[in-house]
Order: sequence, then structure tokens, then C-alpha cells
Amino acid sequence: MSLSWCVCLSSHVSLSLPHYSCLSLGVSVSPLMSLPLSLYTHVSLSLPLFSCFSLGVSVSPLMSLSLSLSSHVYLSVCLSLLSCLSLGVSVSPLMSLSLSPTADIISTVEFNHTGELLATGDKGGRVVIFQREPEGKTEPFSQGEYNVYSTFQSHEPEFDYLKSLEIEEKINKIRWLPQQNAAHFLLSTNDKTIKLWKVSERDKRPEGYNLKDEEGRIKDISTVTSLQVPVLMPMDLMVEVSPRRVFANAHTYHVNSISVNSDCETYLSADDLRINLWHLGITDRSFNIVDIKPANMEDLTEVITAAEFHPFHCNLFVYSSSKGTLRLCDMREQALCDKHSKLFEEPEDPSARSFFSEIISSVSDVKFSHSGRYLLTRDYLTAKVWDLNMENKPLETYQVHDYLRSKLCSLYENDCIFDKFECAWNGSDSVIMTGAYNNFFRMFDRNTKRDVTLEASRESSKPRAVLKPRRVCAAGSKRRKDDISVDSLDFSKKILHTAWHPAENIIAIAATNNLYIFQDKLNSEMH
Amino acid sequence: MAGADGDDSLYPIAVLIDELRNEDVQLRLNSIKKLSTIALALGVERTRTELLPFLTDTIYDEDEVLLALAEQLGNFTMLVGGPEYVHCLLPPLESLATVEETVVRDKAVESLRKISQEHSPVDLEVHFEPLVKRLASGDWFTSRTSACGLFSVCYPRVSSTVKAEIRQHFRTLCSDDTPMVRRAAASKLGEFAKVLELDYVKSDIISLFTALASDEQDSVRLLAVEACVSIATLLPQEDLETLVMPTLRQAAEDKSWRVRYMVADKFSELQKAVGPEITKNDLVPAFQNLLKDCEAEVRAAAANKVKEFCENLPEDSREQIIMTHILPCVKELVSDTNQHVKSALASVIMGLSTILGKDNTVEHLLPLFLAQLKDECPEVRLNIISNLDCVNEVIGIRQLSQSLLPAIVELAEDAKWRVRLAIIEYMPLLAGQLGVEFFDEKLNTLCMAWLIDHVYAIREAATCNLMKLVEKFGAEWAQNTIVPKVLGMANDPNYLHRMTTLFCINALSEACGQDITTKQMLPVVLKMSNDQVANVRFNVAKSLQKIGPVLDSNALQSEVKPVLEKLATDTDMDVKYFAQEAISGKLVFPPPAAETSLYVRFYRSGKPDDHAVFLSSSTVLSLALHNVLWCWGGYGWDCIIVGLEWGGPVFPSNLVFFFPPLVQYFFLK
Repeated sequence: MSLSWCVCLSSHVSLSLPHYSCLSLGVSVSPLMSLPLSLYTHVSLSLPLFSCFSLGVSVSPLMSLSLSLSSHVYLSVCLSLLSCLSLGVSVSPLMSLSLSPTADIISTVEFNHTGELLATGDKGGRVVIFQREPEGKTEPFSQGEYNVYSTFQSHEPEFDYLKSLEIEEKINKIRWLPQQNAAHFLLSTNDKTIKLWKVSERDKRPEGYNLKDEEGRIKDISTVTSLQVPVLMPMDLMVEVSPRRVFANAHTYHVNSISVNSDCETYLSADDLRINLWHLGITDRSFNIVDIKPANMEDLTEVITAAEFHPFHCNLFVYSSSKGTLRLCDMREQALCDKHSKLFEEPEDPSARSFFSEIISSVSDVKFSHSGRYLLTRDYLTAKVWDLNMENKPLETYQVHDYLRSKLCSLYENDCIFDKFECAWNGSDSVIMTGAYNNFFRMFDRNTKRDVTLEASRESSKPRAVLKPRRVCAAGSKRRKDDISVDSLDFSKKILHTAWHPAENIIAIAATNNLYIFQDKLNSEMH
Repeated sequence: MAGADGDDSLYPIAVLIDELRNEDVQLRLNSIKKLSTIALALGVERTRTELLPFLTDTIYDEDEVLLALAEQLGNFTMLVGGPEYVHCLLPPLESLATVEETVVRDKAVESLRKISQEHSPVDLEVHFEPLVKRLASGDWFTSRTSACGLFSVCYPRVSSTVKAEIRQHFRTLCSDDTPMVRRAAASKLGEFAKVLELDYVKSDIISLFTALASDEQDSVRLLAVEACVSIATLLPQEDLETLVMPTLRQAAEDKSWRVRYMVADKFSELQKAVGPEITKNDLVPAFQNLLKDCEAEVRAAAANKVKEFCENLPEDSREQIIMTHILPCVKELVSDTNQHVKSALASVIMGLSTILGKDNTVEHLLPLFLAQLKDECPEVRLNIISNLDCVNEVIGIRQLSQSLLPAIVELAEDAKWRVRLAIIEYMPLLAGQLGVEFFDEKLNTLCMAWLIDHVYAIREAATCNLMKLVEKFGAEWAQNTIVPKVLGMANDPNYLHRMTTLFCINALSEACGQDITTKQMLPVVLKMSNDQVANVRFNVAKSLQKIGPVLDSNALQSEVKPVLEKLATDTDMDVKYFAQEAISGKLVFPPPAAETSLYVRFYRSGKPDDHAVFLSSSTVLSLALHNVLWCWGGYGWDCIIVGLEWGGPVFPSNLVFFFPPLVQYFFLK
């Protein structure tokens, strides 16, 4: 049901803060409200002064009468390590009745190349784009504030009839294309299908018909004595999102990564066993560049977990595997990159070997640094920085939550051990960030070797207040005030997806269905 | 103006104008395609002042509408008042040249190039050239890429100061930040070089070419190879060595296989551009390296060029170069590990025999041909067989026939029907080369066996093959060898084979002539009108319609007509239908052709989809009367898929549906 016209039903709720921020709940009752919009055009209006969230919820024809309330909450919080302010948004209590609570879980977060836009994807197949308010407004805190720019349904649940498989609509990854004209373009992917979207603004509309008036009433033909050419008149700014290309039917397994090449005409998409190379303009064919599928699936020992292109060498890309290795491939050497150019692997410590060592060594994310010199990887317990010139061991290893090492057994039982944490570089490659449990996220300064644990939660982070560093102590050890014991960590609150503004110290943290945006106000020691 | 003509003439134009902003894309597209009608009605004045400003701002539309608009505007000169006012078309085309969709941009550039010719030299400098500059210094890469295509059209017609500016702009774009613009500049480099004065080619273009050819982006470097061809043709021979060859040598040994591939792909053009001396000294070793490249794609591209390269070698040393330098590499390629390389080679290798002459062919090439005829990959064998004519001219086909026959037989019985189909298509050619006796002796049985293949496409191709053979060998041969066998199949217990008889008769009647058709074929067809299978009967009706023109009118009246009239009262509605069509002499259905094939997906009940076929139970019943091979779903489903063998092949994986009356259901989309 892509025909959803997001209607802002609730009135604009002013909050206690000196800010006009409002949450409007979007409800689409599709069959009744099929407004004459072209099929895929989702329009959201942005109102001046009010930052307005219009969230579309698709209702299947069977439930066309039930109202579903979205439980997306976007918090934008201004933070520095010293002074932190946040802007909270109250949520309707009806939220708990939401029909599909999991649909709102944010599954990916991505800044565009300038950092002006931030896109999130969720399990319900929606993409929400935030735009940074222009600086220099009268409102002192409005600077750098991210507000909803556009919301659209990117993917729909599908069913593969040949394989009897359901295809989830969950957005696995979003990647922005470098800006090419006034419009913005992004790629979004679920498990199987990658789509290219155009996000553009429109501020004019044509007026003047010959045979009917503006309300659509037919004019009397006898009164039509001269021809009238339509004239374009200014109107309120409208953001339009339209699908440009659909890249389908190339992946047998689940797509885990997409990455745009520095040549800006190709991109790669990786699933569990294969990596394909696409041309952005061609949807009916892609080239397989890596295939690790064994002839016999019983011989399968590792899968591809992530892949990314080098930021400026068009021929290099890296992919990580479930065995904890990274392979750097050069597309110049051969068309099929089955042979890697470099293999990054840390020799296993035989003394630390356990039942879980293979599971926890699986790389869940890999990111090139902006300089292109380093690779950042994340496995279950650590984040590692590799130098492209040193294959035998990582340059730096950071313990994200080493205190969990003793709890691996219970983490295995509740499947948490398979969580895929992402990681991010800051703009100058000096700090790395990655998520953890209990709504905690970790930052490591590579120069000073200082690290900090912060919490993204509505309870603890007051609007525009300092985020307090948190500490987790192992069970039994001496506790300071405010420290949290390992046993009291909430494993259902996990921060898997994080993104760092490409130039500034602004970070976006997705904690289940909440998005937190923290901003560095002062020059802190950390950055 | 049209306004004076009254309401009647105004109305259709008013509708067209209103539909320019209709919500239905198809209607907008329709209106845009009739833009000239609108402009004509508005008159030149209003077109310039009202219509064009409106069009300038309509860049929000769908790509196909914009594409049509860009195309229309290229032919609009007269509608805005002739060459004097042609510059009015620049603003809408300028905005179209900045959209993100490449095809629209390219079309806008094409139209701009077209109307640039209609500008007077003054207008070109006053209006067109500033537009090019604006695009070239635009904020977004889309406008800058479009600018690259416009330099060459305005350069020859502007003053020397403006020329200098244009060269400067082009230089800037060649070192643009974004690879997209550098690619656009690299692809237009050759074209721009052609309009430049030779001195500037040497001073400007060469440095740009060298820079682009060593760009960090592979996609830019490979486009520089193309530019190399046109630049090399412009320069005098003595400058090539210093100005072009270092770059070309570097490209042929580029680290990226894509660049090397491009060199291999453009090798013949490069060879012609640089001339015989450089070819001998530089290109021969380069070509050897490409033939031995580590990347199969490059080897395949080079292998494809073997014949052309050898043909274009200077005649005095051609044979020596081929024998000592090229042939050893070719020999290695025959046993390459990659089948694409082998099949690329197989498609051209036969051509070498004409260049090398009889003795060399027998001594050196023949072993290679024979090896390739035994290759494990059917495509390689097919490629050799398809080019037999080249060898035939030089050494005669007898030399090969010993190996040829087993190869043909093996292909003819290949498990893959597409391979069988391919060899059938070469049969008429082979028959021509091998002669009637060899054919009758060895290949005739194969041709007959294909008629009862279990895949329809093969049977169809086999009938078509018979027709071509008859055209080649004559009606008498047909009467002695083919016709008896074909007619014998009319008594086959399998109705599909009986139908094949009819299809063969359809195909052969014309080639065999009136006598054979009336005396031998017609009785069989008429007898089949009593067949118990309805499909056979209505094909009898169709056959009679088909062969009618060949028959004499006497037979038509006395024999054909009664049978058709009887069929017209058949219990089966389709037999009736076709019989009536045959009587009234109208051709209803297009002949079975691959174009009518349609892929149908199967959908479970629930969500209607535009791919699905929705059939009522009565349709299902009527389908059941026909030749349903298999059926998915049934009455309980709101969608079924049926496989009908009527006019086309049924693939096991994707059903192909060939039932013309139902085809309309598929076009819901």
C-alpha cells in the first residue's frame, strides 16, 4: 500500500521547551484516502517554525479501519561532554497499543556527504530524512537542529512464490549518492532489492486550465474563446520523493551492505556469499565480483558480513567475514575478485579459545577511514583499527564491553551474541564510536587513548544537558556511585546503528525506535 | 491566431494544453509529443512568450515526458519564428540539460547541437556561447557534463577570443573534481580535437589527453583510449611517436584490466589510426601481450580482433608477422581455460585462412580448427561451423568433413535444445557447402529426426530448415527425399507429429510448387480433417488457408471448399472459427513468433497483480479443450497458469503462453 498520504491529525503540541517541536501522528487509511497522487510520490509538508514529523503508517486492506499510531520518536539532543541540552518530545500513551511495534525499530542511520541530511530506515520499510536547520536563526538553540524533511515508504513486504519465502521490508542499509544537482539521491536496500530514490523540492505549480477552473469544474465550452497556457505560480515548498531505479533479482541471499564507488557511477551490494557490482544507470544486469559459495553448501564455513568501497581509490574494496578476517580486493587485477590482494587477520590466541571464540570474532561492520588509510572493524567484544599496510594484526584494539566475556553463555542463550553492532569514524578519523547494550555507546579517542561510555536514553539525558559518562563494573568489584553492575544491564536495549557527521561532531544514535542526535557544543577534551 | 477560428477548432488544442498538466503521465506525454500542434495554434509570438517559459520550468516531470520534450524542442525553430528567434529555445533546453537523468540530458544536448546550427554567427556568440559557459561553470556536475558536448559545435563558428575562452573552459572541465565531468570531457575529447586547429591540438589537447589517460579513476582512463583513436588520426605521422604513443603504450599495460580491455576492444581502430610503421613496431608486441593477458575478458576482446588485426597488417610483412608473432599466441588460446575466450577466437579464426593461403592453412590452421571442432564447449564448435564458408573458399570443405560430421552429429543431439536450435540454423549453410550427395548420405536423417524432437522450438526450426533446403536443392530433390517422409508422419500416433506434418506442408508448399502441393500434399491434409484431435483439425483449416494460393482453383473449389465447410460445422468452437476464417479468406492471427511469448507468474489468491491472469471457470473449461500441457491452480484459485502448446515452445521454468485470444489479459500492465 504505497499510496499513503500522510495526514497530520494531531494539532501541534507545543512543548515546555522554548522550541516549537511537534509530533504529529501520521495515519493513512489507504482505500478511503487515495488522493490523486501518483503512485509513489510521497509528499510531506514542512511548516515554517514548526518542525513537523509526519509519519506514514501503511495499513493493509484488511485492517483499513484500524488506526495505527507510529511510535517513532526522534529526539534531538545537543551534547557536549560538558554541557548537554536535549529537546525531548512527549509521546502519546497510545504508543503501547501500536499494531506493529517492531516496525518502528530503526535499522540504519546514515548522514549524507555534507551532513545536511540524515536518513534513517526502519523495520517497517520506511525511510525518514532529517534536514539540518540553517544556522543563524533567532532561536539560539535552533542551530544545527535536525528536523524531519521527508518520510516515505521505501520497501514493502513481499513474498517470493518460487521459494516460498517472505521478504521483509526492513531497510538494511541506506547510502547517499554524492549530490549531482539540486535533488538528493539515496540507495536503500532490504534483503533482496536495492532502490534508488530521488528527494527533490518543488516550489512552483502550474495554474490555469482552458476547459475547467482551478477547482476542476468544467467550464462551458462556449465561454472558451481563447487559449490559455498554464503559468507556474509559487507555492509552499513541497518535498517529493520518487523511485528512480529498482535493482532487483540479483541476490539469492540477504543483502547486508551497499557501497557507492568513488567513480560515482557504480556501486556494490553484498549478500552472505556474493558481492555484485552495479552501474547506477543499469538495472537489468550486475556483475558478480566475489563469490564465496562453495560447490557443496555443506562445506560452507564463512559468510560475508559487510563490504565497502575505498573512499577514493575506485578499484579497491574490502569485505569482512564471519571468521573475523578482512579481505582487500583490487578490481583492476581481474574481473572476478575471488583472489584477494590483502588478507587482514589476527592470529588466534590458543589460550583464549573457547566455544564462543568463532562467534565473537565475526566482524559485524567494516568502515574505511575518511583518509582511506585505516579500516575500522567491529566484532562482538572489540572495535579494531587496521592499517591498510599491516595485515598481520590490528593497529589498535579497543575493548567495547569486555565485562561481557564472562556472560557469553547467557548471551548465547538469548541470541544477543549474534547482534551486529556497527561502528563509525569521526570526521578527522581521530575518534571512533560504536554501540553497546543498555542504551550505552562508546567512544574511543585514538590519540589520547581515552574512552567514554555514554547513555542514550530519555530518562537520563535531560534536554540540552550534559551527558554523564557511565561506568559498568564487573560483578563483585568495588562500585562507585552511579556505576552499573553487569548483571543489571538491559540486553534488550541495544545500540546497533550509529552515524557520525562527516565533518562536525554531531552523532546520530539509533536506540530501538528512538533516534538521538547529539551535538558537541564546546570544544571538549574528547574531540 | 487560432482564437478567431471559433470554438470547434479551439477545443482539441485546449484539451492538449490542459493535458500538459494532467495527472496521467501518458496523457502528458501525448500532449508533449503534439507540442508542435499547440505551438502552431498559439502562433510564434505566444509560443515564445507563454509556452516556452512554462516549459522551462516543467523539469519536475517524469523522465519520459522530459525526454520527449527535449526531442521536440530540437525541431522547434520554425515554430518560434525561424532562425531569427531560435535562441528562445535555449532556456528550456538549458534547464533540461541539468536534470539528473542521463538520457534526458543527452537528448537535450543533442537538440542544442541541432539548433546551434540554426543560430547566426552573431546569435551564436550572443546567446549560445554564454549558455555553454553557464553550463560549464554550473554548480552541479550535471550541467558541466552537458557543457562538454556543446564545445565542439560552437567552436568553429566563433571569433578567436571566444575560441580561447572555450578552450580554457574545456581545460577546466578536464580537471574537474568529479569523475563524472572528467568522463564526459574524456569522451568528448576526440570530437573537440577534430574542430580545433592543429597547433592547438598539439599544444592543448595532447596535454589534456595525457592527463586524462593517467587519471586516478579507471573509468576516465578507459575513455581516453577512445579519444586516442581520433587524436591519432588528426596528427601527422611524425608526431605520433612522441605525442600519442607513450600514452597508448601505457594504456595497453595499464594496471586495470578494464583499460586494457578497452585497448583490445578498440585495437583495429587504433591500428588504422597510427599507421603501418607503428603497428609493426609497437602494436604487434602489444597485441601479443593482450592475447596473453591474465584477465579472460581482455583475452576474449583481443581474440575477437585477431582476424581484423591480421587483415590490416601491412601486406609486405603480413605473413611473416602472423606466422612468427600472432599464430603462436592463437595456438595457446585454442586451449584456453576460459570458454568465452575460446568461443571468441572460434568466431574469427576461420577468417585467417583467406589471409594465409592454402598451404599455411593446411599446415598450421587446420589442426587448430580440428581441435576446436572437438572442444568441450558447444559454443566453440558452433562458431567454427558457422564460419565454414571462409575455409571452404581456400582449401575446400573435404579436408574438414571427417571431423565435421561427428561434431555436427554431436551438436544435433546435444541435451540443450538451444544448442540443437543453433546447429539447425546452420544446416542450410552447411548443406550448401557440402553438396547434395554428402547431405543425403549423412545429414538428411538428422534433419528428419529434428521434426519429431520433443521441444516445439526445434520442430519449428526444423520445418523452416526444410523449406530453406528445398529452396537450395530444388523441388525435385524435395519430392524424392523429403516429401514422402513428411507425409508419412501424418499417420503417426502422436498428434504433435501429425501437426508437424501440417506445419511442414505450410512451409514447403510454396517452395515445392503447385504440382507437388496439389497432387501429394493436399490429399494428406484433407484426410487429416477427420482427425480425432481438435488441434489437428483446426490446423488443417489453417493449413488449407495457407496453401490455398498455391493450389489451382479447380482443386480449391472441388476439394478444399467442401472440407472447410464441413469443418465449419465442427463441434469444436475453435475448429469452427478457423474454418470460417479460412473460408472468408482473412488472416486472423499473426504467425507464431517468438515476440508473442509472454512470461506469466503464478500468484496465490489474495493480492491481484498486474502480471497475473484471471480466468473465469468457463475460460478454463474452454482451455481444457485445447492442448493444455499442464495446469497450475484450478477452479478454486483465482488465478491459474496453463501451458498450451500452440504456436510456441513451453519452457519448463518459465511458462510461455501462446494463446492469442487470451494475450489481451497480459497487457493489463
